[in-house]
Amino acid sequence: MPKDKVILNQKDIKNILETLAGKIISQLSNEIRTNPMAIIGIHRLGVPLAQRLKAIIEKRVKEKILFGTLDITLYRDDLNTVGPSPIVKDTDISFDITGKNIILVDDVLYTGRTIRSALNELADFGRPKRIQLTVLIDRGERELPIQADYVGRLCKIKQDEIIDVKLKESDGVDEVVIRKKRNRI
Amino acid sequence: MKSEKKGFVWGHKHLLGLEYLTAQEITHILDTGESFKEVSRRNIKKVPTLRGKVVVNMFVEPSTRTRMSFSLAAKRLSADIVDFSPSLSSLSKGETVKDTARNIEAMGVDIVIIRHTAPGTAHMLSRIINASVINAGDGAHEHPSQGLLDIFTIRQKKGEIKGLKVAVVGDILHSRVARSNIWGLTKLGAEVIAVGPPTLIPEHIRDLGVRVSYDLDAVIPEIDVINILRIQLERQRSKFFPTVREYARLFGINSERLKRAKEDVLIMHPGPINRGVEITPDVADGKHSVILEQVANGLAIRMAILYLVKTAISE
Repeated sequence: MPKDKVILNQKDIKNILETLAGKIISQLSNEIRTNPMAIIGIHRLGVPLAQRLKAIIEKRVKEKILFGTLDITLYRDDLNTVGPSPIVKDTDISFDITGKNIILVDDVLYTGRTIRSALNELADFGRPKRIQLTVLIDRGERELPIQADYVGRLCKIKQDEIIDVKLKESDGVDEVVIRKKRNRI
Repeated sequence: MKSEKKGFVWGHKHLLGLEYLTAQEITHILDTGESFKEVSRRNIKKVPTLRGKVVVNMFVEPSTRTRMSFSLAAKRLSADIVDFSPSLSSLSKGETVKDTARNIEAMGVDIVIIRHTAPGTAHMLSRIINASVINAGDGAHEHPSQGLLDIFTIRQKKGEIKGLKVAVVGDILHSRVARSNIWGLTKLGAEVIAVGPPTLIPEHIRDLGVRVSYDLDAVIPEIDVINILRIQLERQRSKFFPTVREYARLFGINSERLKRAKEDVLIMHPGPINRGVEITPDVADGKHSVILEQVANGLAIRMAILYLVKTAISE
């Protein structure tokens, strides 16, 4: 069994989030009064990442940033084929998204289908000024024409590998590893 | 309130009764219902989850609440829903329920919601058709969606079911709501007390782990939740009790009686209410009453049920 390869450690993740926050601020902070910024994390791991980004941005711009969470289960395009019914988590968007600058946050951008679902779901909540996408890792291999606006790290992996993101909030540790897929028996 | 369940897999294609579910499965439905409550607060109260799926309301017995609630739940999940009314259908021409259901299924239906006067109808259907079957009440047997929404409402108000004392008051004998409540609540660790006149409490109910009391006033001080069943006036001809007035005096919930109850007692009723019989109007509309919240919660629970039976892999 080959060893897991750690591609990001705690310090890397912290630095990446600082950099992403900086890019977001430079793009959007001059609009903060006309079109307030709102950060929305996609369940599961997009939520803690979004919380961290929110904290960093609030500290720098000294303004409260709106925050929400999105569960895309009910908008999935594969509900008939995924097997056991996915657990429906909470969507919590307690503000009107119309006119806002929405920063959508997820951990890994892969096929683009999650983001497609998220965009459809957000459209049912209102009409934001714009929606931008922030991801910790872009691993390529898109199946839909969707790209991120802010990417932490580009990462191409082999067919038989998977990317495993672990965050303190849910896994007790901050790290991103590349693992070999377990062989199906 | 919500519990994350590692490795838990929902595997029921049908919902036939709470008797057949584990405590964990019941909790999973409640948790899923919790997530669906949020959809009803949205500006656009609709999600595309069951788009292109067909749901049939097959109610061979009258119903307002349950049928409307299931219809609305299906619509909020973007399913197409067809209502089937027995008086206008071939059932009145003598076609059997089996044949009717098979014919309906041949039109490409995904979920059949069935209410019938005969206990076991939902079970029978689940064995002969491929669509998912949801029991919306089968005689005096079970009414699982009502049981679930009652438990959901109690959990919301009390935080936890375990350790609660829940009185189910009234016509236990004819009540499917009582049976579903008893199965669900006892599985989750509550104590259920069946209260009513001896003629309306079957002796075998004790076998389900239920305490029986014929004296409401004796048990009222210790109770956390009172779930009041409708006195089925249409059955009064069979004389299960002398007069409606006497019933109201002995088992009706009124404000005088409630003075001796716990400060935070919950008053529930599955509807339709006979005001002045099993419950007085001031109690039905009073501060302890969660009757309308039950109705609102019913929608979320039924969305959860439709979602779960349709996305289950296998029974």
